[in-house]
Amino acid sequence: MKKTINRIYLILIYVFLYAPVLTLIIFSFNNSKSRANWDGFTLKWYAQLFKDKQIMASLYYTLIIALLSSLIATVAGTAAAVGIFGMNKRLRTIVMNVTYLPVLNPDIVTGISLMILFIFIKLDMGFLTLLLAHITFNVPYVILSVLPKLKQLNKHLYEAALDLGAGPLKAFFKVILPEIMPGVVTGFLLAFTLSLDDFIISFFTTGSGVSTLSITIYSMTRLGINPKINALSTLLFAVVLTLLLIINKRSSANGKDEAVKIGSLI
Amino acid sequence: MKKGWISYPYIIWMIIFIVVPLVLVLYYSVTSTTDGHMVFTLEHFAKALQPTYLKVLGRSVLLALISTVVCLIIGYPVAMILSGRDLSKKSTLVMLFVIPMWMNFLLRTYAWMTLLDRKGVINSILGVFGLPQINILYTDSAVILGMVYNFLPFMVLPIFSVMSKIDRSLIEAAEDLGSNSLTVFLKVIFPLSLPGVVSGITMVFMPAVTTFIISKLLGGNQYTLIGNLIEDQFMRVYDWNFGSALSIIMMLIILISMAVMSKYDKEDTGGVLF
Repeated sequence: MKKTINRIYLILIYVFLYAPVLTLIIFSFNNSKSRANWDGFTLKWYAQLFKDKQIMASLYYTLIIALLSSLIATVAGTAAAVGIFGMNKRLRTIVMNVTYLPVLNPDIVTGISLMILFIFIKLDMGFLTLLLAHITFNVPYVILSVLPKLKQLNKHLYEAALDLGAGPLKAFFKVILPEIMPGVVTGFLLAFTLSLDDFIISFFTTGSGVSTLSITIYSMTRLGINPKINALSTLLFAVVLTLLLIINKRSSANGKDEAVKIGSLI
Repeated sequence: MKKGWISYPYIIWMIIFIVVPLVLVLYYSVTSTTDGHMVFTLEHFAKALQPTYLKVLGRSVLLALISTVVCLIIGYPVAMILSGRDLSKKSTLVMLFVIPMWMNFLLRTYAWMTLLDRKGVINSILGVFGLPQINILYTDSAVILGMVYNFLPFMVLPIFSVMSKIDRSLIEAAEDLGSNSLTVFLKVIFPLSLPGVVSGITMVFMPAVTTFIISKLLGGNQYTLIGNLIEDQFMRVYDWNFGSALSIIMMLIILISMAVMSKYDKEDTGGVLF
């Protein structure tokens, strides 16, 4: 009895979660441009999608900004984490408190504060400002993923490497980096996803000519979303779903741990 | 490893892109330009306290609170069921819960407009069964629904991850000692899940009180929350001073609510987020 109630409750919740997603997918096959009427099945939006310059350009900017900003943030964040770890306590507390600011601050405040900065120093709004903004909100997440790994590290590992004749750089790349790699990878994935998903900060820090998918979608909401966007989201959604299923299948041996990990990662 | 210097580039970056922008916001919030020179003033904060704007502020906090409570009521049982041991294919179910978040959130919110429309999907389905129609699009209810929809995972996941770590033997011990399932829940499970509840509440309330998109899409054009007000000052009215003052107030609301929440958070649960 209890089990049945649980099951029905879960089903209801999943219906609630998936109703909008399914609506989007279904309307990507709708012959009519309207979002209210069903007018027969079609694949034409998928065909037209790849010819749409605006959508393709925003897809390109979304991916390139996400990739560049997360890569730069990962390198900078890992270096910063190593540095922060070696600081004395007082300085570390100050630096960490400032690092937490973009994480805790509402996105809209981060967005407008960066916009004010860019206008103040007369930087033209566009690709560069967008990239700088994305790096800024990504770095803290990398630092926060790498620091715990550094804390778990055996203090004497680095000294041992030095004693055995490795230079500081070699010791870092051969000994420290492999140990903290899981944190670095988590940080990179987190940064990439956040950048891909961001709308609010991009909205305030981009200029004319450069827009990410989110911004293009937002500008479309006023006139009505083009079904081509539905088609693109359906494709992207299918890609993510496939990737997740593959990862899930490969690690289903330790199912429970994995569930906890997924739950706490996102 | 005493290599403090390696973080100097980051510290410089941090000062330029985190500290300076916030100082600029603070600067704009307490100055105004008259005849070409800047003067210190608190008029922008005074303006924010006028009844018109105070009402917007109150409504933002109220709607965020309602959404948080609804998320907690709906989400707590979900987390509990998902963390239960009598569930096969748990990792698949948890994954199914997170997957919708991978679709652009603007699009998902927009899809609710299709669903809730006067002649939309839900009303068509209700019509088939001869049930009364619902018209909540462009009202408070639609905005709350949008918030609950978007932020529910932020409530469920922290509670789920705390609950999964509860030692089963504690529950068994309570059962062996004669507690019925309600007592087990009230005396064992619920107290142990509180850290998750606290971070869940924080993680839902914060984005809910600052959103401007959900209210813009589902609340219609006339609808204003504090987020919409700030966006207007920067993108339409160009009153940076007032917008900055509002941003400072929003930051204060967030800081105060976090301070309140951390009071209830005895253990350090900072790790739940990451």
